[in-house]
Amino acid sequence: MAVKKFVVGSFDDEAVLFPAVKKVRQAGYKIHDVYTPFPIHGLDHAMGLRETSLHTAGFIYGITGTTTALSFMGWVFTTDWPMNIGGKPHFPLPAFIPITFELTVLFSAVGMVMTFMYLCQMAPFVKKHIFHPRQTDDLFVMAIELSDKTSAEEVKGFLSSVGAKEINEQTAEAGWWLGRFDKEDKVFAK
Amino acid sequence: MHLKYESTLREPLVDGVKDYHQVTEDIISPIEAKPGKLWYIGLFISILLLLFGVFSVFWEVYFGTGVWNLNKTIGWGWDITNFVWWVGIGHAGTLISAILLLFRQGWRTGVNRAAEAMTIFAVMCAGQFPIWHMGRVWMAFFVLPYPNTRGPLWVNFNSPLLWDVFAISTYFTVSLLFWYSGLLPDFATVRDRAKTKLRKMLYGVASFGWTGSTKHWQRHESLSLVLAGLSTPLVLSVHTIVSFDFATSVIPGWHTTIFPPYFVAGAIFSGFAMVQTLLIITRKILGLEDYITIGHVEAMNKVIVLTGSIVGVAYLTELFMAWYSGVQYEFDTFYNFRAAGPLGWSYWIMMTCNVISPQVFWFRKMRRNIMVTFIMSIIVNIGMWFERFVIICTSLYRDYLPSSWSYYRPSWPEVGFYLGTFGLFFTCYFLFAKYFPVIAVAEIKSILKTSGKNFKDKMDVYEDQSVEKFAHDNTHH
Repeated sequence: MAVKKFVVGSFDDEAVLFPAVKKVRQAGYKIHDVYTPFPIHGLDHAMGLRETSLHTAGFIYGITGTTTALSFMGWVFTTDWPMNIGGKPHFPLPAFIPITFELTVLFSAVGMVMTFMYLCQMAPFVKKHIFHPRQTDDLFVMAIELSDKTSAEEVKGFLSSVGAKEINEQTAEAGWWLGRFDKEDKVFAK
Repeated sequence: MHLKYESTLREPLVDGVKDYHQVTEDIISPIEAKPGKLWYIGLFISILLLLFGVFSVFWEVYFGTGVWNLNKTIGWGWDITNFVWWVGIGHAGTLISAILLLFRQGWRTGVNRAAEAMTIFAVMCAGQFPIWHMGRVWMAFFVLPYPNTRGPLWVNFNSPLLWDVFAISTYFTVSLLFWYSGLLPDFATVRDRAKTKLRKMLYGVASFGWTGSTKHWQRHESLSLVLAGLSTPLVLSVHTIVSFDFATSVIPGWHTTIFPPYFVAGAIFSGFAMVQTLLIITRKILGLEDYITIGHVEAMNKVIVLTGSIVGVAYLTELFMAWYSGVQYEFDTFYNFRAAGPLGWSYWIMMTCNVISPQVFWFRKMRRNIMVTFIMSIIVNIGMWFERFVIICTSLYRDYLPSSWSYYRPSWPEVGFYLGTFGLFFTCYFLFAKYFPVIAVAEIKSILKTSGKNFKDKMDVYEDQSVEKFAHDNTHH
């Protein structure tokens, strides 16, 4: 991504955060993100984010597992190496159910977690800018992206009027980079 | 702002006066402090046990499975007993993390992290037994269906033993993913408050760069819910498939259709007992009594008395069917070889520990007594070990040919192997208790304002309010 300018306000109560999100959006400022220490139900809707489709991906991975298991076992026992076991059928569906079920679950779970990691851009040694060290502890941190036309002072004033406690201005890389959290990295050039 | 209100009749899930920061402080600070003497002693003993286990396994691999006291009549002994026992213990973790999530049981948040860790470690221990039992263990990869130069000759997809391979490995993988995805936000919490460089680096790597972004939380919630939905049938399937190892055979005492539900109930029963054993010690040593309250202990004891009674009904059903079916072999197995005969003592230990003793938990006083719970949890674990021993050995030691009837007692490498898995389990658990947040920090925070003690105290005003007024007052935004 790129290095951008942000005005960052932190809130210490969800009850203040919700109306604040609404007012900030009404005022036309661009909320880069709100960072919270735990999931807050309804905040995604308040911010106007669309529903995630991760579960749909999970379903698709699941049926991929089902078809993989059934077709592979079927191919092995009917085509590749058919065996006559006491005249029993070559495609014994009931006996295939356990492995089919397990592979459905396995494909779905592994696929979903990989997709989750990809969508959230998360992996070992991935580093992102932390706007406030207490955003994973007890603060709800709202980062507003500044465009060329918005003045930082104006946004700061607005944030304090909607109840933000600590307000400051930060220049930060909005995306991720490879790095370690114990080192201060130089952010990328614009 | 929360359109969620919990009756004050329900006891709080988090005791004491807490805010979000205090929750972080309580749960994360043991990670940052130096561990006590007890921790070092415990870890040292665990590692010794583990090393003894490694030596026992080395002995078995070097000289062959003949060093075990298995014989032609009794082909499965302590090894498969221990396998089924460890797998069963794992089930409570998944029950707590998945099934109780779907049932919206708030109390699971206090215990799910440690219980899931227990699941993972228990499955690791369980997996050792079938693998080393293979004897020529360097050929263990033959269980995988890969294109090979032997034909390609495929594995037998109709065999319950192969179903086990798929079930156990899927169970381990999915449990690990579920557990680790829940850990990411908590690792980020440790990382962001870390004072030392090393800790910042290590937890930074472990947290995968988690920031707490709202979009990420939204996806995380969706992921947790679907993984819970997947794990629920998965955990039932795993012990069902383990029971198929027995139920699809034609050995009297094994060939029954009640095995799957009976095994699953027994698994949850023993698993909750192990959770109690671990958490009663953990909460005491780490000072987490505010988060794992007596209420939590009581809730788990209720599950223990329920599943213990299901297991008891299953035992009685087996006895009834052995008589009612009129099959001589079944009757002999249950009445002459299990309840009586040279191994009859193991049957009565099982009955006493699993069916009779858990009945104390019908009394509220007993359910809420820590000492009683701790002793009961040990008794239940012993009882459930004997259940597996009874099922396996007392069915095998009297087979169809009286001249091959035999007796079974384990040799030292079998016992050593079992002790070694205890070493593995507790080494992992001690490391977990020191370096991982043993309680899901983020999840506790999300229930704090509805179920925390200091917040519940303020809810008295709502008790007399009408539903309409409460809804009207709280839905304005």
